[in-house]
Amino acid sequence: MPEFAHDEDVVLSSRARIARNIAGMPFVHVASEDQRREVIARLLPPLTGTTSAEPTIWTDLETAPKQRRRMLFEQHLISRQLADAKGPRGVAVAEDEAMSVMINEEDHVRMHAIAPGLQPGLCFERIRDFDVAIEPLVGWAFHERWGYQSACPTNTGTGIRFSAMLHLPALRMTRELEKVRQAAKDLHLAVRGYYGEGSESSGNFYQVSNQITLGCSEEELLDRFVNTIVPGIINYERSARQMLLRRDRIAIEDRIGRDLAVLRAARLLKVDEAMRRLSSVRLGCCLDIVKVIPLQQINNLFHEIQTGHLQTAADSHLSPIQSQEARAVLVRRRLGEG
Amino acid sequence: MKCDRCNKPAIVHQVIIKNGEHREIHLCSTHAAEAGVPNPGQQPINKLMTTIGQPSTRSAMPTCPGCGTTLTQVRKDALFGCPECYDTFGRGTAIMVERSQSGAAHHVGRGPGGSEQEAARRFESRRLVEELDQAVRAEQYERAAEIKAKLAELAEPPSSGEDGL
Repeated sequence: MPEFAHDEDVVLSSRARIARNIAGMPFVHVASEDQRREVIARLLPPLTGTTSAEPTIWTDLETAPKQRRRMLFEQHLISRQLADAKGPRGVAVAEDEAMSVMINEEDHVRMHAIAPGLQPGLCFERIRDFDVAIEPLVGWAFHERWGYQSACPTNTGTGIRFSAMLHLPALRMTRELEKVRQAAKDLHLAVRGYYGEGSESSGNFYQVSNQITLGCSEEELLDRFVNTIVPGIINYERSARQMLLRRDRIAIEDRIGRDLAVLRAARLLKVDEAMRRLSSVRLGCCLDIVKVIPLQQINNLFHEIQTGHLQTAADSHLSPIQSQEARAVLVRRRLGEG
Repeated sequence: MKCDRCNKPAIVHQVIIKNGEHREIHLCSTHAAEAGVPNPGQQPINKLMTTIGQPSTRSAMPTCPGCGTTLTQVRKDALFGCPECYDTFGRGTAIMVERSQSGAAHHVGRGPGGSEQEAARRFESRRLVEELDQAVRAEQYERAAEIKAKLAELAEPPSSGEDGL
């Protein structure tokens, strides 16, 4: 069986995010339009100026075209809430597109970093350093008892949330996911879909994150997430994969082979179908059933087949049928024609 | 009763309780509108009908002086209006936060400045305050005096002259 760095056979990516608000200013849902503009004006110099801990590129989402907002959302650089909101808001994105700072989402600032596989510690170090560098320049709302203050009480304290995007096709097939959900609930974890809060699972991806942000230090929360919570789910998925192979190898190979064949031959592909079949091919790569396609290529396709990405590549708006056609062309090009 | 800001009769009355302090606000319709406080006389008739016979809670509803958000609104939206709300709603804040944080009631870890040492000092200080409270309640005054001494020690700024300069 092939070896994967950072548990990438199960973990697509990991993230860490910190929520912060400027001291003395009303939170976003209460702030007037002028106050939300003031939030941006106060944050832009430390985020994008020469004093910035890391250079970032600012996108004003109030004026950005819908296609650009959709693209940022599909890249997981902004939330759906920020993409669809109205009024003064924006995002500062690092040059490598692995860190972004959302302004005027639920909190004045939501900074997050993303890394492939299970590396939330790497993400944490990056945003912590960024936070520490800009804090003296802005002044966050902080309470002696409640820590860093956020609009929602679920984020107060450290304001930190770690998450991992897990690929759990075998647990889905063996109908064990409900057990994972229950165990996650008992461990104070939230389980969400591919697109984060409020979304359903797509392509058998599940985003798992800590629900508690208060009462433990950032390091304790990270340690618990990396060393206790996520490895348990990873091992459970791996066991389910091995069990499926032992019990019904030929049926699994048949299913994966058919999904790959459809992807290589289809002329029209809806996003849900593409996600489902790519999920199957991804499982095939991890189980050494699909040998010729690198895992990274499949991982990239989950982004590239999204409508915003297709429209950006085509540099025009695409009708639903045009999107399906463009998606099928892209997938055939990446996976090779059948 | 007259409006706090002019001589017209007040038609809106609010009581704000913050940090145990009680403050009353009385406003005429013009100044209530300016302050964004709803005028009960302008409520739709169906809303008034539904409130007839119910005890009035408006006059005693805590309101944040920082942003004008009421505790009812905070509970309904599960969102605070501004940092000041945390102190304004005291017990209400504690209930909401502890419920959503599985009972956790104190921040632990990094704070402004990012120093781990400072975070540890704050944590120890909070722990001692709680211990002091328990000792006083139990009328253990000697123990309370010892805790107070430890707290005073913690409050002192660290010495910087140890290198003899």
